[in-house]
Amino acid sequence: MADKPVVVVGAGPAGLCAAIELKKAGAPVVLLDENDKPGGQLFKQIHKFFGSREHKAGTRGFDIGTGLLDESLRLGIDVRLKTEVVGVDPGLRVWAVEDRGRSYLLEASRLVIATGATENALSFPGWTLPGVMTAGCAQTLVNVYRVLPGKRVLIIGSGNVGVIVGYQLMQAGAEVVGVVEAAPTLGGYGVHTAKLARAGVPFHVRTTVARAEGGESLERATIVGLDDSFKPLPGTERTLEVDTICLAVGLTPSVELPSLAGCATTYVPELGGRMPLHDEYMRSSVEEVYVVGDTAGVEEASTAMEEGRLAGIHAAWSLGYLDDAAMEAGAAETRRRLDALRQGVFGKKRFDAKSRVLEESHNR
Amino acid sequence: MNPDEERHVCRCEEVSEREIREAVKAGARTVTEIKRWTRAGMGICQGRSCRRLVERILCEELGVSPATLEPPTTRPPIRPVSIRAVCREEE
Repeated sequence: MADKPVVVVGAGPAGLCAAIELKKAGAPVVLLDENDKPGGQLFKQIHKFFGSREHKAGTRGFDIGTGLLDESLRLGIDVRLKTEVVGVDPGLRVWAVEDRGRSYLLEASRLVIATGATENALSFPGWTLPGVMTAGCAQTLVNVYRVLPGKRVLIIGSGNVGVIVGYQLMQAGAEVVGVVEAAPTLGGYGVHTAKLARAGVPFHVRTTVARAEGGESLERATIVGLDDSFKPLPGTERTLEVDTICLAVGLTPSVELPSLAGCATTYVPELGGRMPLHDEYMRSSVEEVYVVGDTAGVEEASTAMEEGRLAGIHAAWSLGYLDDAAMEAGAAETRRRLDALRQGVFGKKRFDAKSRVLEESHNR
Repeated sequence: MNPDEERHVCRCEEVSEREIREAVKAGARTVTEIKRWTRAGMGICQGRSCRRLVERILCEELGVSPATLEPPTTRPPIRPVSIRAVCREEE
């Protein structure tokens, strides 16, 4: 049995579930998060989730978050908030900075990295004007701080993030002037897309934003049609009066900590680009380091939770807190739920991409 | 020159698209080399906003896929840390 704790970085859905499984098995665990509240992005999710009943379909993200928090409190998990992890060395010493003022090292027996993803930017003339922001930023403003970022909004990107945030801004009183999508087809789930479509929001496929203009802040955006090779089509420019542009053009796994820990990476476009390799227990190429949630390939909160559980169960077993049978049974059950989440048109693509990651991990 | 190239790619260090393309034309082949050459990615966000944009420009200029690019090096601290915090380090 280890004296050093398992250190979990990031208290979003993946990190919370990993810590819960570890604590349930009796392993010492410390959960670190930079924010003043745990839950990651869950508390921004006011919409109902998808999937089967066992995946809490029909439950709103913040209710799932509250459930996980209650469970972590009941289990007495050592959660350290306002704590940024700024480094990790090959000896698994974690460099933490608490409240921006106190720096300390934490020796870990195992490390679970659940640091999520970063929203992609898009550069176009005027993109640095106030009023141009990522969709996640707008969602934080409106759902967490209850501040409406603007009155007339243009959404760039028709994936789930774009259409969900667009609808939530509309619910909060903004007008969504349009959604532009560079691809020939829309990217989001039908149910989320339909909410905006029913409200009369125009969708422009094969279109992108050409430029943003304004004095002190954003006043106008010009959109332009694209040809088959994504080059702007002359004569198709249209100018829209907007005070907000939300960029919803994908996410990139946060790979800084896995890189510092020495984890091998691979490039998987379907999962957000460069990401750490991992096996079927979410273990990276470094035996003591696990990667879970969006850090291990961008998917959804529901898959992040299952990946967190998988890593927690395996890490607890690796330290002797679970016997072989309990670990294998727990892992098999979790993996079955995970596979169920990776079905359908959207899920299949992620399932195949994850299968390639596992294969590459085994071939190393 | 395309006037669009004057737009900023790295907001923290105010590095334009033109400067990044020039760095590639002058021989930079990785995100790390572009960073050392132009300071793109050396600001407060440490490249979290611009890394993908720099990669895209690099791929366009070299005609390669992002999968073939060498991953940028990461060094601690990965976030800005005040000197005050480090001076008071406790083990």
